[in-house]
Amino acid sequence: MFHVSPREHTFLLLAGVIGILSLASVVGFALKFTVARGEPHSTIDNLNSRVKAWWWMAAVIGLALGAGKEGVIALFAFASFVALREYATIAPGRRGDHWSLVSSFFIVVPFQYFLVWLEWYGLFSIFIPVYAFLVMPMLTVASADTRNFMQRAATLQWGLMITTFCLSHVPALLTLDIPGYEGRNAFLIVYLVLVVQLSDVFQYVWGKLFGKRKVAPHVSPSKTVEGLVGGVASAVVAGACLWWITPFTPAQSALIALVITILGFFGGLVMSAIKRDRGVKDWGTLIEGHGGVLDRLDSVCFSAPIFFHVVRYWWTP
Amino acid sequence: MVFLNDAIATGITMFTRLVTGAQARWIGCGPQAKQRVYFGNHSSHADFALIWASLPSDLRVRTRPVAGADYWGKGRIRKYLINEVLRGVLVERRPGGAPAGESALDILLAALDAGDSLIIFPEGTRNTTDEILLPFKSGLYNLANQRPEVELVPVWLENLGRVLPKGEIVPLPLLCSINFGTPMRVNGEEPKAVFLDRARQALLDLAKFARPA
Repeated sequence: MFHVSPREHTFLLLAGVIGILSLASVVGFALKFTVARGEPHSTIDNLNSRVKAWWWMAAVIGLALGAGKEGVIALFAFASFVALREYATIAPGRRGDHWSLVSSFFIVVPFQYFLVWLEWYGLFSIFIPVYAFLVMPMLTVASADTRNFMQRAATLQWGLMITTFCLSHVPALLTLDIPGYEGRNAFLIVYLVLVVQLSDVFQYVWGKLFGKRKVAPHVSPSKTVEGLVGGVASAVVAGACLWWITPFTPAQSALIALVITILGFFGGLVMSAIKRDRGVKDWGTLIEGHGGVLDRLDSVCFSAPIFFHVVRYWWTP
Repeated sequence: MVFLNDAIATGITMFTRLVTGAQARWIGCGPQAKQRVYFGNHSSHADFALIWASLPSDLRVRTRPVAGADYWGKGRIRKYLINEVLRGVLVERRPGGAPAGESALDILLAALDAGDSLIIFPEGTRNTTDEILLPFKSGLYNLANQRPEVELVPVWLENLGRVLPKGEIVPLPLLCSINFGTPMRVNGEEPKAVFLDRARQALLDLAKFARPA
């Protein structure tokens, strides 16, 4: 094994990300002026606004990582807040849910991330599944509005689990003590986010280029078998190639990449099913070309907790 | 004082935009400088502020919300806000509550004749029921009948009733949208009931457009 310092890791990663995004920008620019001839073209324009938004997202994540633990926690706390907002906007609710929702936004979300900051794993891992789970229906029942009570209580808990509990496992990666990997935990976040997002991008590209057979026509008509297989395979290769920033061997890195990309794929599918049921195309409008924060983070929400526990179980003493 | 009023008005619009993430969708018309009566569904105190916040600032200064004198006439802060900041047109909703000789309609017509646009909520009060939209009061028809040159623009406010339901003080940060429909007028000799139905239906159609199934 060769030895590279964290500083050199950072430099190589930055160069890689900037290189890929530059390449994407150049390709998008070229397509706009060759295929679309400068005219409006829905696919190419969407591609270009996606690439532009990727530059912003990479910059924001990069800055947060640069700012250290507090920066990362603040970024994901904000992401959870916005994601819960998008979720609660679409979820059916009644006036009697006012106080349970207010508490979710202003108490549960900040407190969950405060627990990450405290590195209090014991409470972090049960705060939403146990305490919020029991207290939220208490707040709802105080309104004495019993209509659809079970659905309302379940809907809120599910939203908190996905948007807050699951997502908070990303910054929680910083709190793991991995022998021989001290001071480099931020790279686990980079690895997770890169692999899952690359998988989404590869699935999109493979699907656009070679997609024929729809994989889930009733849930997400744009997903194809070709896109899925090509995207997951590419992301697994990318994950294996990133082994040097992780505590994994190349083979382990490939296997873990496979697990999180498959979880990410199903995450996207599950969240699409909700959108379809509620009759909306996107969760929001915050990120140009992508929709809302949940449209971008659906796959991360599903893969982050499992990735966290895989690393915690096998790599920490 | 004028400066302070403007600052508070800007503060209210910015806060409303921030909390509601409000998206103004001009579906049936654009934000043109025409004299208009915007009529919307009423489910929250933030309703005015949101319609107001989604108008361009040059239109906003010429657009006045119509509000209930029984609510807004109480207390110094409310009075100050509605008179100086929002430049509201206060009308008496309780029968017999109005000063003698001046009907609510006269007050509204005077505001229109001064060249201002109005924001009114024809349901008459905030809707806290499970009904999507209450029946309309006749004020909208009377205005339209007396001043046929003014455009009536339906405005559907989606989700705002959930952000700040009647009686609550902490707003929920849900995403709202504000949908402007196609301007309408009273057709010739159209009877009151027919017109009010048509206006109500225009709002319901917008609602269908704005909200998920």
